[in-house]
Amino acid sequence: MPDGIVDRLAQLTLFGDLRWPELEAVAHTFEEEVFGAGQRVLRQGISGGAFYVILEGEAVVVIDGEERSRLGRGDYFGEISALTGGVPVADIRAETLLRCLSLPGPQLEPFLLEHPTVMLRMLQAEARRLRDSNRWQ
Amino acid sequence: MTGRPFPPGDYDVVVVGSGPGGLQTSYFLGRLGVRHAVLSADDGPGGMFRRFPLFERLISWTHSTADVPLSSREFEAHDQNSLIADEPELRALVPTVLEEGRRRPAREEMETSLRTFAERAEITVRYGSSWRSTRQDGDRLVLATDDGEYRCRAAVLAIGMTEPWVPEIPGLELAHHYVHVENRPGRYRDRRVIIVGKRNSAFEVGEGVVRQGVRELTLVSPRPPDLGRLARSPLRPWYLTPYDEHVRGAPGRYVLNASVERVERIGDAYRVHTLDPTRVEPIVLEADDVIAATGFEAPLRDLAELGVATVLEGRLPALTPYFESVTVPGVYFAGNVTQAALGLRKHGVASVSSMVCGFRYNARILARHLAESLTGTREERPPVPAERVVPYLLAELDRAPELAMQKGYLARVLSAPAGDLRDEGILPLEVFVDGEVDGVAATLEFDADEEIRPVLYVRRGGLLREAVLPPHPLRRYDALAYREALDDLLGPLLRG
Repeated sequence: MPDGIVDRLAQLTLFGDLRWPELEAVAHTFEEEVFGAGQRVLRQGISGGAFYVILEGEAVVVIDGEERSRLGRGDYFGEISALTGGVPVADIRAETLLRCLSLPGPQLEPFLLEHPTVMLRMLQAEARRLRDSNRWQ
Repeated sequence: MTGRPFPPGDYDVVVVGSGPGGLQTSYFLGRLGVRHAVLSADDGPGGMFRRFPLFERLISWTHSTADVPLSSREFEAHDQNSLIADEPELRALVPTVLEEGRRRPAREEMETSLRTFAERAEITVRYGSSWRSTRQDGDRLVLATDDGEYRCRAAVLAIGMTEPWVPEIPGLELAHHYVHVENRPGRYRDRRVIIVGKRNSAFEVGEGVVRQGVRELTLVSPRPPDLGRLARSPLRPWYLTPYDEHVRGAPGRYVLNASVERVERIGDAYRVHTLDPTRVEPIVLEADDVIAATGFEAPLRDLAELGVATVLEGRLPALTPYFESVTVPGVYFAGNVTQAALGLRKHGVASVSSMVCGFRYNARILARHLAESLTGTREERPPVPAERVVPYLLAELDRAPELAMQKGYLARVLSAPAGDLRDEGILPLEVFVDGEVDGVAATLEFDADEEIRPVLYVRRGGLLREAVLPPHPLRRYDALAYREALDDLLGPLLRG
């Protein structure tokens, strides 16, 4: 249905292996959320958060009030607390107008099981993060 | 045109719309003494309830009797459909017009109750005056109407989300949108009907045509029906009948999870091409009627050109917690468009700001916010003595209609900027959680298992803590266990 969203999804690595009708189903499963600059998207220590994929704009990762890193188009966040049942360890705050797709946390696991190629892409990205964090230590 | 109220000119606030959102906002602005004009394209009050819903009664409840007086604040939890007010004669108007034995109002009953509210509250509206376009002029917004220009410091657009929206699917423009469906007896008798969509309006019109004796009914859209959400909603008994018949194998009743590729006209009939991602072969459907129950959009006119950021392909504005455009200051929204203010959405649970029982409270919050930000005056935040804090919050969790209706979205907030606790009133939870002031917010939330739980957010020394309390089978939060939990949580804050 939302063609614009489907086109944008097709360009993201996370969903790069999906065929058109599957992309359309993804576009219908996720909700679109738009945040103004300065609005918080995920909150450190607060339960019940969602999984987000950035379609447009920039966000900052803030831990205990300190800015740690920046996120942009195609980046995603919230998957760790969604998959482990914990609370987010960081605030995610919109730095510019931020357009995201969101999926409630409890729905991420069934979604990944239904879309194994998305799960693989996510696993690769998590593996890269782990490698990079080891390299830094 | 002489004698019509609110001639073009300069106002502090201009409210556009005379549905429940516009009336409720004007009522509270009036109570707070904010000079404002109300404009409406219609020729009388009622908004969407002048036209919708087409077939069925509303899905929200109004009980005619309860263990509390109809004029009490507590009764609001028994009546999701009346506007709210401070005066007893303006409260609980829907029960007074509801047909005996019913607990969900019909469209006409909603329209009557809103007209009664407008008359009794003496809400003045300039009817027959359409807002056409918008521009900025220094610190003023200028709304152009058929009658001339209105300059204001803040515009409150209570314009509903009732314009038909049709996705860009080739040929779908040949279909009738929900808003153009005729509720004429026999119109769909013995017809094959395809409904594109699987949300409220799709199930409503589906059940409506089934009652007319439709021969074959197919609901199709990519997303499966959200049964979890529907199970919690009063939609279930009526709207879900076509789905129920489909899963039990009734002939000629189908609910497909497939994307619609295109719609063709073949003589007097239609051919609808669909693709189910779990199947290789496309499914081609034939029908005598195709109805697009594909949703609605807010008529935002030229606001996107003014810079108002939107969501869902321009269907709704993106809003701050105080219902203001995230990109254009001074452009506010009331009524069901406030559903675009998301709140925390914990566990994916949305506000009920799309319904009267949600946005009536949003209107009170918006009016106070406007009164304070435009005039600089501040409504008193009464002090709450330390020994009263816990019983007060427990009583609010027990009985506050705002918390019962807007779960996880509205909260009772007490601030403690300098140790003494003050009652900030009912606010969007997000305002407290994302703010910096020490204090406490009490709310009711659905958890991941859809159980209702009291949740406290306590900030002390700038550090925020969330405390999710256990559910109670009778939802009574004045029990000893809750009192002890709150004593523990709030002790440090209360002792300063």
